[in-house]
Amino acid sequence: MSHTTASRSTASRTTARSKPVGYRPGVGSKGANIAVFTVLAVLAVLFLIPFYLILRNAFATDAEITAPGWMWFSPDPAWGNLSRLFDDPAVPMARSLLNSAIVAVLTTAGTLFLCTTAGYGLARIPWRHANKVFYLVLATLMIPGAITFVPSFVMVSSLGWLSDYRGLIIPGLFSGFAAFLCRQYFLGFPRELEEAARVDGLSHWGAFWRIVVPNSGSFLAAIAVITFVGAWNSFLWPLVIGRSPESWTVQVALSTFLTAQTVSLSQLFAAALVAILPLVFVFLFLQRFLVQGVAQTGLKG
Amino acid sequence: MAVSTEAAAPDAAAGAGGRAPRPRRRTGGWRTALTFWYFVGPFLIGLLVFTYIPVVWSAYLSFFDARNTVTPLPEDFVGLGNYARMLQDAAFTDSLVTFTVFAAFVVPLTFACSLGLALLLNRVRLMRAFFRSVFFLPFSCSYVVASLVWKMSIFNGVRYGMANSVLDLFGIEDVPWLFDPSPPWYWLVIVSLRLWIQCGFYMILFIAALQQIPEHLYEAAYVDGAKPGRQTFWHITLPQLRATSVAVLMLILIAAYQAFDEFYNLIGNQAYARPPLMYLYTTALGTQQDLGRGSAGALILALIIAIVTVLQGRFLGFGNAEEK
Repeated sequence: MSHTTASRSTASRTTARSKPVGYRPGVGSKGANIAVFTVLAVLAVLFLIPFYLILRNAFATDAEITAPGWMWFSPDPAWGNLSRLFDDPAVPMARSLLNSAIVAVLTTAGTLFLCTTAGYGLARIPWRHANKVFYLVLATLMIPGAITFVPSFVMVSSLGWLSDYRGLIIPGLFSGFAAFLCRQYFLGFPRELEEAARVDGLSHWGAFWRIVVPNSGSFLAAIAVITFVGAWNSFLWPLVIGRSPESWTVQVALSTFLTAQTVSLSQLFAAALVAILPLVFVFLFLQRFLVQGVAQTGLKG
Repeated sequence: MAVSTEAAAPDAAAGAGGRAPRPRRRTGGWRTALTFWYFVGPFLIGLLVFTYIPVVWSAYLSFFDARNTVTPLPEDFVGLGNYARMLQDAAFTDSLVTFTVFAAFVVPLTFACSLGLALLLNRVRLMRAFFRSVFFLPFSCSYVVASLVWKMSIFNGVRYGMANSVLDLFGIEDVPWLFDPSPPWYWLVIVSLRLWIQCGFYMILFIAALQQIPEHLYEAAYVDGAKPGRQTFWHITLPQLRATSVAVLMLILIAAYQAFDEFYNLIGNQAYARPPLMYLYTTALGTQQDLGRGSAGALILALIIAIVTVLQGRFLGFGNAEEK
C-alpha cells in the first residue's frame, strides 16, 4: 500500500495543474463539455436558491412575502429590518450572537489545544502503555456524540452547569475524533525535523511548540475552521443546556422564533441572515484551508 | 542510551550529543510516562469525566426509576424495567422505523449526489473553483437555518411558498408539504434539506480521492481498448475510490443516526416523523424528565449503532482499508 502512495501523489501533483485529473483520453468532445457545464450551472442555481430566499425575505415586508404571485426582490427593500431585529427587546438576538461567538471561539481554542497535544503525545511519546490509551480514545468514536447527550446532561446538571458557558463549552472540548485526526496527522509529520530540534536540546514539549506547531499551519487551520463551524451550528446540545433565554446560542434563539412563531416572517429571515453571515465569510475567505482540511482530515477519518 | 534521549529533559538530550534518538522504542521509564501524561493527560481526564463517567452513570440510572433526579434512591431500583418498557413502547420502535426509512433515502442519495458532483466538477475546466464553492457553501448553514428556509419559504404549505408557486404554474393544487402524513411529502422536504447541506462536504472528499487516481490507468485502459466513460468508470474510477467510498458511507450513516435538528425544527414532535433522538429528547428532557428510561433508550440505541457499525465495517472491509 504505502509504496504506491508516494508515486501516486507525485503523479497527481504534476498533472493536476495542466489538465483535469481523471481526464480520459477520447472523451471531452466539445458537445459533452458544454453539456457538463450546463448541468453544473443549473445545479449551482438550485444550490443558491435558499441563500437568495434568505436575502429576499430579510429585506422585504411581511405583506410582500405573503402576497400571492412571485416577487423576485422587494421593489422597496426594507433595510430597517435588521436594526428592528436588534432593537426588539422581546428578541434576544444580540445576546444570542454574543453567546454563539464566545462558545465557538472558546470551543475552537480549547479543542485545538487539547486535541493537538493529546494527538501528538499519542503519536510520538513512546510510553509503554500509549497504545492502550489510544484504544480508550478510539472506543469513543464508536458511539456518535449525540447519543451521549442524555448521559452528558446528567453529568452537567449535577455539576450545576445548566444555562452556563461552562456547560455549553467544556463537555464539547474533548473530541475523540479530533484527537484521532491529530494523531494520524502527527504520525505522518517528518520525524527529521523533530529529531534535529531534540538534538539541539529542546524537550518534547519545546519541539512540539517551536517546531511541530509552526510547521502544521494548514492542518491546524483546517481543524480550527471545522471545529468553529461545528460549534457555531451545533443545536441539540445548546438546546439541552440553554434553559434560560440569556444562555441561548443563535441557533437555539432562531429555532425558538421558528417553532413558537413569536416574530414576524421578515424578522425571522433577517435573523437567519445574521446567523449565517459569520460562517459565509469564513467560507469565502478560508475556503482553501477548509477544502484542503476536509480532504486531508476526511480521507484519513 | 537512545532511550533516555527520547524520553526527557533538554540536558539529557544534549548529553547524548549527535546521536539520533531511536524512534519506535516504547519505554516504561517514569520520565517518558511523565512526558506522555502532560501531553495526553488533560485530554484524557476530560474524556473520562465527560464521556466515560457519564456513560457509566447513565447505565446505572437506566436500572432505576429516575424521574427528575440524577441520584435515585435505592428503593427506586427497577431492574430491567426501563429496558422492557422502552422496547414495548410503540413510539420508540416507531422511531427506529422512522430512522430506517430516513437512512434508506439519505444514505444512497447523498452518496450518489456527492460522487456525481465530484465527477462533473472533475470534467469541467471553466469556473471549476466557482462551482466547487457554490456546492460547498451550504455546509456553512446550520440545520436550523436551512429548516427555517425550507419550512417558511420553499416548502411552505400555503400559496406563497416557492414549491407551491411553481406547482401553481402547472395548475396543480397547493400541497401541505409538512403536516400531512399521507402522502408522505415531508420526506421530500427532510431529505432535500440534508442533501443540500451535506453533498458539498462529501463532494470535496471525492474530489480529493479522484485526484489520487493515477492518470496512466486511464491511458492503459484506453490502449487496451476500454471504452472511455462507462467502462472506465466501473472498472477504474469506482474501484480506485473504494477506501473513500467506504469512509463516506460510514460518515453519512453516522450523521443520519444523529438526525435531530431538522426534524425538531421542521415538524416538531409528531408521531409520523419522530427520529430516535427526538424520542430520547422528549423522554429524558421533556416534561417528565424520565432520565432512567431516557438512559435505557440511549444505551439501546448506542448498542444498535455499535453493532451496525461493526457489521458494516466487516461487510465493506473498513478495517482493511484503514490498516496500512
